[in-house]
Amino acid sequence: MTGQTVVILGATSAVAERYARLHAARGARLVLAGRDSRRLGSIATDLMARGAAGAEVAVMDLAAPAAGFDAAWADMAAKLGGRVDTALLAYGILGDQKAAEADTAEMARQLTTNMTSACAWLTVAANHLERQGQGTLIAIASVAGDRGRQSNYVYGAAKGGLALFAQGMAHRFAGTKVKVLTVKPGFIDTPMTDGLAKGGPLWATPEKVAADIDRAAAKGATTLYTPWFWMGIMMIIRNLPGAIFNRMKI
Amino acid sequence: MRQPIKSWGNLASVDHEVATPAFREDAAPLLSTLVEKTGSVLAHGLGRSYGDSPLNGGGGLLITRRMDRCHAFDIATGVLRADAGLSLADLHVITVPRGWFVAVTPGTKFVTLGGAVANDVHGKNHHVAGSFGHHVRALGLRRSDGTLVDCAPDRNADLFHATIGGLGLTGLIEWVEIQLQAIASSDMEVENIRFDHVDRFFDLAAESLDWPYSVAWVDCLSQGASLGRGIFSRGRHAPDGPRLAQPAGAKLAVPLTPPISLINGLSLRAFNAAYYNRPSATFAGRCHFDGFFYPLDGVHHWNRVYGPSGFYQYQCVVPPAVAREAVTDLLARIAASGTGSCLVVLKNFGDVAPAGLLSFPMAGTTLALDFPNQGQRTLALMADLDRTVAAAGGRLYPAKDARMPADLFAAGYPAVADFKRHIDPAFMSDFWRRMEQAPTKSKQA
Repeated sequence: MTGQTVVILGATSAVAERYARLHAARGARLVLAGRDSRRLGSIATDLMARGAAGAEVAVMDLAAPAAGFDAAWADMAAKLGGRVDTALLAYGILGDQKAAEADTAEMARQLTTNMTSACAWLTVAANHLERQGQGTLIAIASVAGDRGRQSNYVYGAAKGGLALFAQGMAHRFAGTKVKVLTVKPGFIDTPMTDGLAKGGPLWATPEKVAADIDRAAAKGATTLYTPWFWMGIMMIIRNLPGAIFNRMKI
Repeated sequence: MRQPIKSWGNLASVDHEVATPAFREDAAPLLSTLVEKTGSVLAHGLGRSYGDSPLNGGGGLLITRRMDRCHAFDIATGVLRADAGLSLADLHVITVPRGWFVAVTPGTKFVTLGGAVANDVHGKNHHVAGSFGHHVRALGLRRSDGTLVDCAPDRNADLFHATIGGLGLTGLIEWVEIQLQAIASSDMEVENIRFDHVDRFFDLAAESLDWPYSVAWVDCLSQGASLGRGIFSRGRHAPDGPRLAQPAGAKLAVPLTPPISLINGLSLRAFNAAYYNRPSATFAGRCHFDGFFYPLDGVHHWNRVYGPSGFYQYQCVVPPAVAREAVTDLLARIAASGTGSCLVVLKNFGDVAPAGLLSFPMAGTTLALDFPNQGQRTLALMADLDRTVAAAGGRLYPAKDARMPADLFAAGYPAVADFKRHIDPAFMSDFWRRMEQAPTKSKQA
């Protein structure tokens, strides 16, 4: 497992950083992509102290990379000598549902960030892994994508679309050494969710989610609910009859 | 964000204006925001302090746990610099596989570097290694005026010594640089020795000075001829073996606070008798450091067993000349009261000069134990113990305290006047408010 090469898209996200630490401890070389160069620099320094063999930053707006998706990807892959063993797509915004309902431009912006741009990255990354004949592609979607709900269907639609896209890719590569894993986390205690009331058994730490992703990727899984109990919760939510579901304020 | 916060003793839930910066660059602006909003601020790590020293009721609380990044780790020299929110548990994930361990560890690994500095925590090796502060090479202190002061024994030394053990009152500790100790293995070589009276504890401690780690568990309910019976435990890092940051095996947790305390006279008597007589009370062999240093961390939220009323911890130290009499007297009073906890710890400190102005450890013997909160009865017992501690010239540990009288604090910490010059005007804690108040009525009664 040593000497792996890893690209993290959205490396300042709490889950992505915890996931990167697991690779760093095993001596991986990493490329960390995101917007905030100072934060990326802090993370890269930390990963080196934790044992990474390399940690380079790639500063860009992942929702709209100035160089375009293909060139930006090629540039990151080049930092790793052209070989990418694992790519994690972790960026996204929670978005303001009410604002998206009132403003079509805002709605489109949220979909672009969470789905359209994410699918573009999956496309260039998957083509790269296909050319090298193996590799693991991990996309962080959400349990919110399993059924549209009044409180966050714009976010849910984007994450649901991303999950469907990644699922299709897993189908495309079935039987090959290219693995595509879709991750559906529930509530995670991160800065992104600081506006929500926290506490209670449904909340997980980013460390826990990162460790779950690492294990699922090692097994070659295609879908991961994390923590595990969300699989049961979402099965119930997906199958609730509309007559009942529509009376719920969730 | 307005949020109720409890300390480890679960005595009270206190409202704070809370901010949890994810990156250290965000800490200074959030600090200013909290001060503007509420007038005062205090840094808060993993909340393992027992009483009111980690709280600032009605004021701002800057939670540091997300700022947990390493700045540099030199595996040749064992010098590590990191954000103050890094916990010892997470630090060891980084350092143990590469042969380094903290020079001093308290009885929990869920303590941040900042918390370890602010309370100048001690461990089972105080007699050879001193306290945590003795191994701090430098620290970055953010004052409320926005300046970041680089403090070390040879630069800004006054502020450095005030910050070590300074209960977070001198400013926000942003980063800490420490010297680690080299270890060959994560295993410990351990010897447990049963003793039938507290007198034997002092003999065993004297015989064990060449062991780097030593501590004793005491049955606080035994009286008469077996007063202060217990188990003396000593250990050293093994010279060979694996280097694993964590032992194998799943964790336990206390999932909910039970409606009443599970610790009462009956359960305590049964536990103590069983613990004293268990076969491993005379164990000699190897174990992972986790089981040796952090037995309680194996049960998440163990503090919940005391029920919704919470508990007090009482930790004192008394000087060597009077330690035997004073500790015997304290144990006799506790045994007669029939209250107390499963975990009673007795340890001899060495006579190294304190690392900070308000450092708790000093030459002598320290006794620590929990008391389930039974209101006035518990407070009266502790007031009784205070008299013995004061007469012995001892002091109490602020990190554990929720009730010590201000005059006992002043008597126990003669450097407090010097310390006050270094307090940041915007930093405050409930503990400090209590110490600054005039003597209370209950004190005069």
